[in-house]
Amino acid sequence: MSEKLIVRVTGVTKDFDLGKIVVKVLKGIDLEIETGKYVSIMGPSGSGKSTLFNMIGGLDKPTQGKVFIDEVDIAQLDAYELAWLRCRKIGYIFQTFNLIPVMTALENVTLPMTFAGTPNEAAVHRGMKLLSQVGLEGRHGHKPAELSGGQQQRVAVARALANNPSIILADEPTGNLDLSTGEEIISLLKQLSQEQGTTVISATHDFKMLNVSDQVIWIRDGRVDKIQERAELEIHTGGMSS
Amino acid sequence: MRRLIVLPWKKSVEIAYKSIRARFFRSLVTTLTLVLAVSFLSFSQVSIDIADKMLATGDPSLCQMLMRCGYDILPGDTSLAASPKQRWIITLSLLVCVVGIINAQLMSVTERFREIGTMKCLGALDRFIVRLFVMEAAMQGFAGASFGAVLGGISAFLAALFRFGPDTISLFPWQAIFVSVSTAFVTGIGLSLLGVLYPAIIAARMQPVEAMRVEQ
Repeated sequence: MSEKLIVRVTGVTKDFDLGKIVVKVLKGIDLEIETGKYVSIMGPSGSGKSTLFNMIGGLDKPTQGKVFIDEVDIAQLDAYELAWLRCRKIGYIFQTFNLIPVMTALENVTLPMTFAGTPNEAAVHRGMKLLSQVGLEGRHGHKPAELSGGQQQRVAVARALANNPSIILADEPTGNLDLSTGEEIISLLKQLSQEQGTTVISATHDFKMLNVSDQVIWIRDGRVDKIQERAELEIHTGGMSS
Repeated sequence: MRRLIVLPWKKSVEIAYKSIRARFFRSLVTTLTLVLAVSFLSFSQVSIDIADKMLATGDPSLCQMLMRCGYDILPGDTSLAASPKQRWIITLSLLVCVVGIINAQLMSVTERFREIGTMKCLGALDRFIVRLFVMEAAMQGFAGASFGAVLGGISAFLAALFRFGPDTISLFPWQAIFVSVSTAFVTGIGLSLLGVLYPAIIAARMQPVEAMRVEQ
């Protein structure tokens, strides 16, 4: 395959030192993720998927091994470059939405653009466009507390898209949402990844995610259990549902 | 400069202002600590200024009045300074004030762990976080210190007027009073900034993952 790799993880291990015992959460992970794919990282709780996810997002450093984003080893980046990476290259979506409570929806969406140096007017313009893209026209002046969970997650999706990132990292994006709202967010992410060619990586144990994923990476006990492409998946899930 | 991460000053002021407004009551309590300490400082200094000027006239009747009001004047004294006890009380009040501010700001940081972590995930640099907290403290400091300094100055003025009688108003050393009030004001802002420094550094140094792990 000659497609471009956006994320490459080689031999990543992560130990958490809890004083008396050292917990080995990741025990050597090798992964390659291609540009433009919708990838789901699946696994039971405690399998290390969130830890792996944090490594890919540059939020945490591996004990051993390397994480490359766009062929740049993120362990080599200084604080400034890391901030730049988080600001421009990666858009984060969290299980708990994590909107800034004192800011309105629009201000939440424009904040990453402010950090990126976008002039205020252009940021507001793009912010409004993004909010309508995620189906929140007319709600730009609302504070997060005045929005429902699904609407808050939509704002978070718009915020993640603010600087046209190459990667969107979604950690359990549907974890705090009900079934239908979760499906809406999933299809929104899928649609965005198709339209803009953004790579979407989501850590989840939500089986609804399987239907839209191009690739599913199963994590079990700190290792990659198996990697399934879309074609294999449909047979698999088809088999389960029948 | 392709790799640019910025937070314009105007935006920082805006965010800091919003954070204060969102926690208005708590900010008010913090500011009130400052008002009390600064007004006490301003009151003591201005009172001394006035008494000092009265003593400097060398008028025996004024000296009598001062002694009646509780000033310890030895024969031959030409100027009054704050007594060690007074200085000690002022220092203590300022110390208590700083501790109070640190406490309030630490709480405010803990409460906003997730918010800070989110900002860092969105690309905020450590110094943006420090700046936001310092701006907030500066605003509180400005409000508290100006109100406190003026309040203390006016109370000292009224107290002197009441104790020494309206005839002495011509003796009031306006310039010295102004200097004392300004000093109290600057001290107040300084205290506010001093109190926020440690909490702000804690906030800025936090790794985003740790911030996200906090249950809320």
